[in-house]
Amino acid sequence: MGCGASRLEPGEDIPPGLLPFRRRLQELKRSRTEESRRRRRERKDSIVSTTELLRPEERDADDFETTEEEISRAVAEKMTVRDALNSAIDEEMAADPKVFLMGEEVGEYQGAYKVSRGLLDKYGPERVRDTPITEAGFTGIGVGAAYYGLKPVVEFMTFNFSMQAIDQIINSAAKSNYMSGGQISVPIVFRGPNGAAAGVAAQHSHCYAAWYASCPGLKVLSPYSSEDARGMLKAAIRDPDPVIFLENEILYGESFPVSADVLDSNFCLPIGKAMIEREGKHVTITAFSKMVGYALKAAEILSKDGISAEIINLRSIRPLDRDTINASVRKTNRLVTVEEGFPQHGVGAEICAVVVEESFEYLDAPVERIAGADVPMPYAPNLERLAVPQVEDIVRAAKRACYRSVPMAAAA
Amino acid sequence: MSAFSAIKILPTHSVASHHHRRRRLSSFPSTCAADLFCSPLAKPIFSSFASASGRSVRGISANVVSDEKQLGSASSVITREEALDLYEDMFLGRSFEDMCAQMYYRGKMFGFVHLYNGQEAVSTGFIRLLTARDSVVSTYRDHVHALSKGVPARAVMAELFGKATGCCRGQGGSMHMFSREHNLIGGFAFIGEGIPVATGAAFSSKYRREVLKEETCNDVTVAFFGDGTCNNGQFFECLNMAALWKLPIVFVVENNLWAIGMSHLRATSEPEIWKKGPPFGIPGVHVDGMDVLKVWGVAKEAIARARRGEGPTLVECETYRFRGHSLADPDELRKPDEKAHYSSRDPISALKKYVITHNLATKSELQTIEKKINEVVEDAVEFADSSPPPPRSQLLENVFADPKGFGIGPDGKYRCEDPGFTQGTAQV
Repeated sequence: MGCGASRLEPGEDIPPGLLPFRRRLQELKRSRTEESRRRRRERKDSIVSTTELLRPEERDADDFETTEEEISRAVAEKMTVRDALNSAIDEEMAADPKVFLMGEEVGEYQGAYKVSRGLLDKYGPERVRDTPITEAGFTGIGVGAAYYGLKPVVEFMTFNFSMQAIDQIINSAAKSNYMSGGQISVPIVFRGPNGAAAGVAAQHSHCYAAWYASCPGLKVLSPYSSEDARGMLKAAIRDPDPVIFLENEILYGESFPVSADVLDSNFCLPIGKAMIEREGKHVTITAFSKMVGYALKAAEILSKDGISAEIINLRSIRPLDRDTINASVRKTNRLVTVEEGFPQHGVGAEICAVVVEESFEYLDAPVERIAGADVPMPYAPNLERLAVPQVEDIVRAAKRACYRSVPMAAAA
Repeated sequence: MSAFSAIKILPTHSVASHHHRRRRLSSFPSTCAADLFCSPLAKPIFSSFASASGRSVRGISANVVSDEKQLGSASSVITREEALDLYEDMFLGRSFEDMCAQMYYRGKMFGFVHLYNGQEAVSTGFIRLLTARDSVVSTYRDHVHALSKGVPARAVMAELFGKATGCCRGQGGSMHMFSREHNLIGGFAFIGEGIPVATGAAFSSKYRREVLKEETCNDVTVAFFGDGTCNNGQFFECLNMAALWKLPIVFVVENNLWAIGMSHLRATSEPEIWKKGPPFGIPGVHVDGMDVLKVWGVAKEAIARARRGEGPTLVECETYRFRGHSLADPDELRKPDEKAHYSSRDPISALKKYVITHNLATKSELQTIEKKINEVVEDAVEFADSSPPPPRSQLLENVFADPKGFGIGPDGKYRCEDPGFTQGTAQV
């Protein structure tokens, strides 16, 4: 955690609203070079030994400097998921003064994962509110504010911590519109990184997609790419109901190509619509969040064996886009579901039920379900690797579904 | 001055006239309260270091920062053996954590690694007074608590390396240290999570004595947690229950003034945490957490109170972490002058100076200890590095105490009886 980005220089704030692309490029360029200089300067002042605090990428200073050309090429075509989320919050805060951000370390620290970088400077501490470590308290406060028409974006440092506040999310937010007979809507977004990161063991690696998706009254979104992140977060903030927005720590730093449409401040994705990332005809693979990338890699490998896989990026876990899934299965007649969460009562189980209910007669093979191992996340890296789905697991499952011979499967 | 000169005990709290509470408070030596009232150090001065928000960043109470030259007024009570034990334990904590930083940057450890540098006086001051049967409940910053409680450095280092020889077989990692043998019962990564668990441990001690009639059971639990936790619900809920049921527990706040990048003063309406004890009928004590002898003195009394069945104590130790929140924290918000101030109050060098000036040991004797500890840490690294990683079969172990919890397989037998299960190749 902690990528340690610098704030904007005073007087150089980018005006609220649409982020002009050129300015973004300049900002990134400036912050990257200044950051590396400043960090080295700060290490010298530090009370602790300087060399060992340098991260591996910083140790070799020459490697860390990026040429202007490299940056402009990267930025002109691509955007990180982190920047996509940041710009979505930024634009929605600029467009609607009722939107505010609240959570631990969102302000002065610029976000534990730097998603809220620069927002405190732009909108001030009233709208980018640092909270004490009191999930139950500040989540409830967010819900109460939403009862009165404000639009809080509540950040959980990780979704694991939302367990502390689950009463407020389920009982106070999800059920209120119903209990009040439609008098009280709760336009709130709960967002933060979800699921396994790397080496953070059992308590910091839980996927909550299935938990929240089982609860009526909530909408549950989980983006994969920068386009997803921008379009879905903006949709979530504008939505009149409570939305659980499950991000992924590993994806924050990943860059994706973005079109001019995606960068438009009016860009928004519909909630409840899946996206076909890759068309295919032999097997349907559903995935969300980081697993979409794995599924795409698996599809690449499968294509070499003559298997054409169709990859569905679910985007929305609840509501679930049953139509897209069923249409795809009716075409390919085979289904593999992929998720990082636990297998029992998981997202894959629900998708399987959806297909069995509506497209049973189209299935030519048993549904294959890839999930995390049915164990709390182990710390040791070799066991951790066994506990989360790998690309080769997806390849194997897809081949099994296509009745190709496959070697012995790994655990779970 | 007594050993308690650096602590504050809430004197005439508005509700302290309640005779019940007064009786509880009186178990701390009355001289100490008297000392505090006449001591110039007891003035509630706030320090001059101002943060961006205009409030004091450090020195929540003046008496823990103004008494820098004098360490440990407990000279009359500490023996040579005790002093050397404290020194060895603190030095072990520091040396171990420095090694962890190196190993982390060499890619031997993973995920979040939170180091304890600077706070050693708290762990050492409390835990060295505990018996093997007493329990310690820690947070994600738990390596040094484990060491102080007697978990071998080899087992802790191997756990950090994710090896099968670690104290949790490589399954727990940096934030989840457990050792049933040493009564270290976590290792909790969530804020406030350990406090109820610790209170439960204390509850079990009292239950064993009173319900199960194990009359010799007077085990004490010490719960460590930080300043950030003290705004969390579980803290208040457990202060209430611990006082209500007079549980043998000591709540130890390691107030290092920062919750990642959130200053304690920016997060907390009443930053003096020790004051939150008395409203629940619990004595609140404030102690300089950079002075191991003062911590040790307070700990002695608080643990003894718990053991005598007089109930819980809340101790706020004002301390400082010399490194960022974790090794991944860029640590940009703490001011250099603040860091410099606290690093000049390094609890280990202070104890060293004290031991030498009071003729408890010579410089070369201390150097012998340091050399021995450095070897212990080196040995721990070698042990961890050469240990095997957990075997594949271990992935499915320990999910349940009874692996029949995995249910029955298609062959009608329990899944755990499948040979593939122990080879880690079963589909579960």
